[in-house]
Amino acid sequence: MNIPDDLLYTESHEWIKGEGDNIRVGITDHAQAELTDVVYVELPKIGAEAEARGQIAVVESVKAASDIYAPVKGTVVEVNKALEGNPALINTDPFGEGWIFVLKIDRADDLKQLKDAATYRQAIG
Amino acid sequence: MSDAAQKKTPLYEEHLRLGAKMIPFGDWIMPVQYSGIMDEHQAVRNHVGVFDISHMGQLVASGPVTAGWLNEMLTNNIEKLEAGAGQYTFLLNEHGGIIDDLIVYRTNPEEFLLVVNASRAEEDFAWLKEHLQDGVDLRDRSAGYGGVAIQGPRVVDLFHTLLGGNIDLPARNHIVDLETTGMPITIARTGYTGEDGVEVFFRAADATEFWNTVFDQGAPLGIKPCGLGARDTLRLEMCYPLNGSDLSPEHNPIEAGLGFFVDLKKTKFIGRQTLVQAKEDGTANRLAAFRMKSKGPPPRPHYGVWLAGERIGETTSGTLSPSLNQGIGMAYVPTQHARPGTEIEIEIRGQKFPAVIEKKPLYQKT
Repeated sequence: MNIPDDLLYTESHEWIKGEGDNIRVGITDHAQAELTDVVYVELPKIGAEAEARGQIAVVESVKAASDIYAPVKGTVVEVNKALEGNPALINTDPFGEGWIFVLKIDRADDLKQLKDAATYRQAIG
Repeated sequence: MSDAAQKKTPLYEEHLRLGAKMIPFGDWIMPVQYSGIMDEHQAVRNHVGVFDISHMGQLVASGPVTAGWLNEMLTNNIEKLEAGAGQYTFLLNEHGGIIDDLIVYRTNPEEFLLVVNASRAEEDFAWLKEHLQDGVDLRDRSAGYGGVAIQGPRVVDLFHTLLGGNIDLPARNHIVDLETTGMPITIARTGYTGEDGVEVFFRAADATEFWNTVFDQGAPLGIKPCGLGARDTLRLEMCYPLNGSDLSPEHNPIEAGLGFFVDLKKTKFIGRQTLVQAKEDGTANRLAAFRMKSKGPPPRPHYGVWLAGERIGETTSGTLSPSLNQGIGMAYVPTQHARPGTEIEIEIRGQKFPAVIEKKPLYQKT
């Protein structure tokens, strides 16, 4: 299972990549393997205000719809439009082309509550 | 996962060995998928796939007056069955509501095998016991037996290898007792996928050996293990109803569009009066199939169905159809709006998406 060391993680299986004042967010390799066959992604709206651990997007497989959560408080500044035409990018490249949205975060300190790769690896056993 | 006691089929260890994702399904723990729903779905449409159906109930009724008794319990006409033939039928309550949909086979002139839904097996058995007639022996053999559905266009090739070339599969809806590598098995030519296929029943003690024999022989044919996920997408493309979703005691077979499996010429069976009335007067609602008109989120059960700004019903089933690559589903809607071509909307997370009522089945092999 691929768990890049340079990313942060949530219990709900989002990954977080710091980019200055922004964070880029997607779902982990573990999450996409559990879901399999992503067939639809409901992206957040640009400018949407996200609460920490608030539901912000939906990823749907054939079997079920799964909520995606904002890892920390912030404002949506970018969404991955490519997922509208090709939702399977989440399966094929979860940490790259399969990113879901970018948040401009309110407080950098909030990121300290997130898990590092080692802790996440332990959490998913 | 809950700590509640969960029933395991005799193939449980095989599912784990194959890396299945297991989920609770009623009282059972069952494989929902192995390689992925899309992949398994395509295996059945194009090659051959195997489903564990050991959780399904197997009831045996026998004795000289059994045919007459079953005819009063079930909607279809038992007298149409010669020995070795089976039919799809319904078990209704006194109000004509559906307790279960099942297949009854006349395994011998005076013996019948009823294959019923796992979630209703105990209820069916209790209901039949309660209405039992003298001279009928009814037993639940479920615990001692397992079963698999083997479905897909290569099923005949597979069984030529399994049984030797000179033994033919039974005809559609027929059942036969056979032997393979020393194991007694019962093969019925039926299924829940729309493909050619069989359901095979065997003693629980033989389950693992039969399962592995099938995969060994099927490997050159591209055989794959398939879970409940693909079972649902395959059956929904065919508009085969799922009890507990599309069927329930609140609905009767006429509303569900399944009057073909009800013989109103029979003078007596439980629920008949309601169905006669439903047939004469028509029903207020009808189970209709629909297809989403745009790429969007797939429909799921319990989504609102809208027409001209009015909420007219709720979906009972919904998924993304792997064969059509479109959202599909079924819903009870007022009969006047159930006609194919009717434009409706499906409400998904507060937003309405265009859909159209379609003829059943939604998928047809080209």
